[in-house]
Amino acid sequence: MAATITDEDTQIAGPAKPPITAYIGRIASRVASYLQAVPLALILGFFFLLPILMIAVVSFWDYDFAGLYPDFLTMNYTDTLGSWVTWKTYLNTLKYTAMVWGLTLLIGFWVAYFLAFHIRTTTMQMVLFLVCTVPFLTSNIIRMISWIPVLGRNGLVNTTLIEMGIIPSPIEWLLYSDFAVVLAMVHLNTLFMVTPIFNTLMRIDRSLIEAARDAGANGWQILWNVIIPLAKPGIAIGSIFVVTLVMADFSTVQVMSGGQSASVALMMKNQMSLLQYPAAAANAVVLLIVVLLMVAAILRVVDIRKEL
Amino acid sequence: MSHEKRTLEFYVLAAFFTLFVLFLYGPLSAVFILSFQGPEGGLTFPLNGVSVHWFFNLFEQQAVGDFGASFKRSFTLGLMVMIVNVVVSLLAGLAFRRKFRGSTVLFYLTVASLVVPSIIISLGIGVVFQQFGLKPAWYSSAFGAHLTWTLPFGVLIMFAVFNRFSPAYEEAARDLGATSWQTFRHVVLPMIAPSLIGVGLFGFTLSYDEFARTLMTSGTYNTLPLEIYGMTTNVTTPVLYALGTVTTLFSFSIILLALAIILVMRRRQAKVV
Repeated sequence: MAATITDEDTQIAGPAKPPITAYIGRIASRVASYLQAVPLALILGFFFLLPILMIAVVSFWDYDFAGLYPDFLTMNYTDTLGSWVTWKTYLNTLKYTAMVWGLTLLIGFWVAYFLAFHIRTTTMQMVLFLVCTVPFLTSNIIRMISWIPVLGRNGLVNTTLIEMGIIPSPIEWLLYSDFAVVLAMVHLNTLFMVTPIFNTLMRIDRSLIEAARDAGANGWQILWNVIIPLAKPGIAIGSIFVVTLVMADFSTVQVMSGGQSASVALMMKNQMSLLQYPAAAANAVVLLIVVLLMVAAILRVVDIRKEL
Repeated sequence: MSHEKRTLEFYVLAAFFTLFVLFLYGPLSAVFILSFQGPEGGLTFPLNGVSVHWFFNLFEQQAVGDFGASFKRSFTLGLMVMIVNVVVSLLAGLAFRRKFRGSTVLFYLTVASLVVPSIIISLGIGVVFQQFGLKPAWYSSAFGAHLTWTLPFGVLIMFAVFNRFSPAYEEAARDLGATSWQTFRHVVLPMIAPSLIGVGLFGFTLSYDEFARTLMTSGTYNTLPLEIYGMTTNVTTPVLYALGTVTTLFSFSIILLALAIILVMRRRQAKVV
């Protein structure tokens, strides 16, 4: 009897002891993980998730000049989707997005390529990269305003061209035009392309390029068949940044077009200033779906998960 | 590759890069020069004399806005966002080192916060505060709105840092008898400190310059970017450029300060190792 009990005891206590402490340790570390994640979850829950759910709810509400009334109307959606102004505004926003995306990709890629493959010391690379990054950390609005003395009717470009005798009178479309909007957007957002592309280019194994050259590839073939495919994740991340920022832009469009052009976000902003929150919320839901579809499309083309 | 002769490609791209830098800084320098416009000068070149008239004008009581008070608000808000950004990103970075239930959802929520248009978040927070009967203010609703933009950057930076962080250092400290707090305080923290400064810099500057997310959430009192935005439509004197010069120089000095701290830390670490 006694022998069997001790035998049972050792069977329970002996092999079970290390798993129990390990188990407690695992629980403790799991609790620690939860506690460490709680602040982020709370902040994003209250200031990100809740507001978006609220927008989805409010987009079905009724409203007048005095307030909002809980309801379930599709009026806000039919109003906005039934108006050709909305469609024209979306088309205009998509036009800006396409142009800015193309230009920032072109400029951003070559800047990143130059930094990654032609600058030989790491210190110099970092210095030049910082030179590109610093303006990103200053005010967008100031950087927008700074184009006014350059592009204006009596601005630097016009006065220089007139003094050189190239044009007889100031070019009117430099400022307060689509040209100015796209120029300012490229100015503001190219950094978002440069940084992720530079990051992926720096990680490319240089021996791959040497192998391609040994195998007889010329410069363009190396670029097209080796470097660009390997830079795709960076291009995708940069594209997500630029596309979402331009799709959501209202201040650049307002300031640089002088109020002559519209974007979806600007339309929303105007509705908000008229306190038409449910109408703005319906627009927000549509815009959100469009933006998320664009992001999903980019992610379908390029798998960026291994970059994170 | 490092001893090859410079090719034509190098010179073409170097010229392109130079043009790009000029494109980035050229307009800013125009604002900088024009802020020293003489008292009679206008918004465009040529300079009508050189003076610091507009800088003095800036600090006088304005008819259109109160630059001093809005600067104080933006500065305080930036500091608040910076501190919360560093602490919360660090904690989340530590949490993500282990897989826990909901970690994937939380991670995608963080990334989504970066992708969702800022004006939608601004509108959403505005409506939430209105419906819950809360009063929006720069230190509550705008504070939260800024965090939805700065936290993803902070968390992704910490994510990248800890992905490349070898657990061998912590194991060594533990083997030598350090408690988990001592391991964190004396081993992990000094190693990631430069990245934390970076996270803090992002938090401060992104908040200090944030505009779209503040629009519907700032309540009665404007932050500096809102004030500047208002001035773009109302102000027709170079005082606007003076304000631009002052805030840009302020941003530059914050960036330089952060870089200097990071450099000093790196150097000290190199000495220890």
